[in-house]
Amino acid sequence: MTRTLTRPAPLPSPLRLGLARGGIELKQFFRQKEHVVFTFSMPAFLLVLLGSIFNDAFGNSGVTAGQVFTASMVGAGIVATSFVSMGIGVAVDREDGTLKRLRGTPMPAVSYFLGKIVLVAVSSVAEVILLLGVGMLLFDLSLPTELGRWLTFTWVFVLAVISCSLLGIAISALARSSQSAPAVTNIPYLGLQFISGVFINPITALPAAMVTVASFFPVKWISQGFRSVFLPDSMVVQEMAGSWEHGMTALVLTAWCVAGLALCLATFRWTNSRS
Amino acid sequence: MTRACAWRSTLGGMNAIEARGLGKTYRDVHAVRDVDLTVRQGEIFALLGPNGAGKTTTVEILEGHRDRDSGDARVLGEDPGKAGRAWRSRLGIVLQTATDAAQLTVAETVRHVARYYPNPREVDDVLDACGLTEKAGSRVRQLSGGQRRRLDVALGIVGNPELIFLDEPTTGFDPEARRQFWVLIENLARGGTTILLTTHYLDEAEALAGRVAVIAHGEIVAEGPPATLGGRATAEATVGWTDENGRHTKHTATPTALINQLSAGGRELAELTVSRPTLEDIYLDLIGDRQ
Ligand SMILES: Nc1ncnc2c1ncn2[C@@H]1O[C@H](COP(=O)(O)OP(=O)(O)O)[C@@H](O)[C@H]1O
Ligand SMILES: [Mg+2]
Repeated sequence: MTRTLTRPAPLPSPLRLGLARGGIELKQFFRQKEHVVFTFSMPAFLLVLLGSIFNDAFGNSGVTAGQVFTASMVGAGIVATSFVSMGIGVAVDREDGTLKRLRGTPMPAVSYFLGKIVLVAVSSVAEVILLLGVGMLLFDLSLPTELGRWLTFTWVFVLAVISCSLLGIAISALARSSQSAPAVTNIPYLGLQFISGVFINPITALPAAMVTVASFFPVKWISQGFRSVFLPDSMVVQEMAGSWEHGMTALVLTAWCVAGLALCLATFRWTNSRS
Repeated sequence: MTRACAWRSTLGGMNAIEARGLGKTYRDVHAVRDVDLTVRQGEIFALLGPNGAGKTTTVEILEGHRDRDSGDARVLGEDPGKAGRAWRSRLGIVLQTATDAAQLTVAETVRHVARYYPNPREVDDVLDACGLTEKAGSRVRQLSGGQRRRLDVALGIVGNPELIFLDEPTTGFDPEARRQFWVLIENLARGGTTILLTTHYLDEAEALAGRVAVIAHGEIVAEGPPATLGGRATAEATVGWTDENGRHTKHTATPTALINQLSAGGRELAELTVSRPTLEDIYLDLIGDRQ
């Protein structure tokens, strides 16, 4: 084959390549059935079970446990599509040589991460829609109509997805192989769901010390944020602090975004072996 | 086209790869020691050596994938440890192992990687050249070992590189697939691409490469065109013949004179043979020296 000799064309822009990577990431994600089943459907599956087993109303508030589970599970669901999905996905990319191949091409690292952001954003939105669909169908959840609540939804969603994706990328470096990545990501994820008031409702039913531990991590704040979006304000009495604590939520999640970025920069590796 | 030539001429006369004194140690393993390599533009150069000789370490240093502990390297005029995107757009890299993109189809993968480059080749041409046209719609995970390897080459050449690295490209191929692969490599070289390939197959180096460097235990032990490697062309010949006393063999630097003397008076020598060491003899000798 003959090389065509043309004058050097400009390199494709990192943004364009990032979007192209995003398309490829989405294709690969949704073609990988096991991945989709575990990471994507598990929160919906758990929601159906939990909400059906415990479906009492909270006092005379008119709110059922199924609705509370739905709101909390939206938080836990996007932690799955960001933290767990990134933690496993990047470990797999490192092991199967995706990262090494990319590093040998003119594609910049920033485009790889843009592609991951596209994947996380799309799969997280799909996760939210799936979980809200379950909540509306099975547990009579009704979506809020006030703009303010959707603004809260937006900032909680954005901060949650960014902080958890960064932490997922960072933890992928801790997983020595793609086999260990699911355990390394799911153990903290599962543990935090138990102590953050996702599986156990209301959160005040948990020992205070456990919630204090959970308060250092994102899951508690993300789920609480979504409860403030999808539950009536009367439900605030079921929170540990007796308030939605929006300021604290924003603060903790922003701090995790910064810490996550620092951890990523400090731990990111292109390959498993020493270079 | 004039501009193309002007750009091309900036490389005129330069070597594609120049490495001096490359060294790399992993903990206590001296993987590569004092390696010098010069690969001229447009040639096929083979780095030949047994498993564990340091071939992958050497090429990955030149590709910018590994850091060297010592020495100097210039690949397409730049230091591979520091070069950026523009430099990588002029290279094609075929790694020793790759299992990525399992869920994508062959065509999707090649088309996607083509987008990374400023001047990619036509995807259909690349698939055709690599014998993958029929597999274009297949998922990558369903490919056989040989097809997967051809896909790796397709991904290595789709960016229209000036220089392509191939690390053990035909390991695990059947003889038929290997020959087809050689034709592909020769066609690439004929089209003006410089090729550095590693192999532990002697016949592959002999069939493809204009020049070969033999590496053993991290050191280059011989270098040159396959025909002259390790002094093959000038090595002593072995003359063999049979007479009434049985079979004789004699090593000599001047076989013609010996035969002339033996056949003096028009005597016919039965079963006369003149042989020189095969490349394999030389090769085994070279790598054996270090063992
Ligand atoms: N990442 C690594 N970590 C430790 N040792 C390595 C690593 N890569 C290669 N080696 C060692 O360096 C030597 C040369 O390996 P390599 O360059 O892969 O040889 P080849 O490609 O010729 O088989 C071997 O002894 C190998 O075990
Ligand atoms: Mg090797």
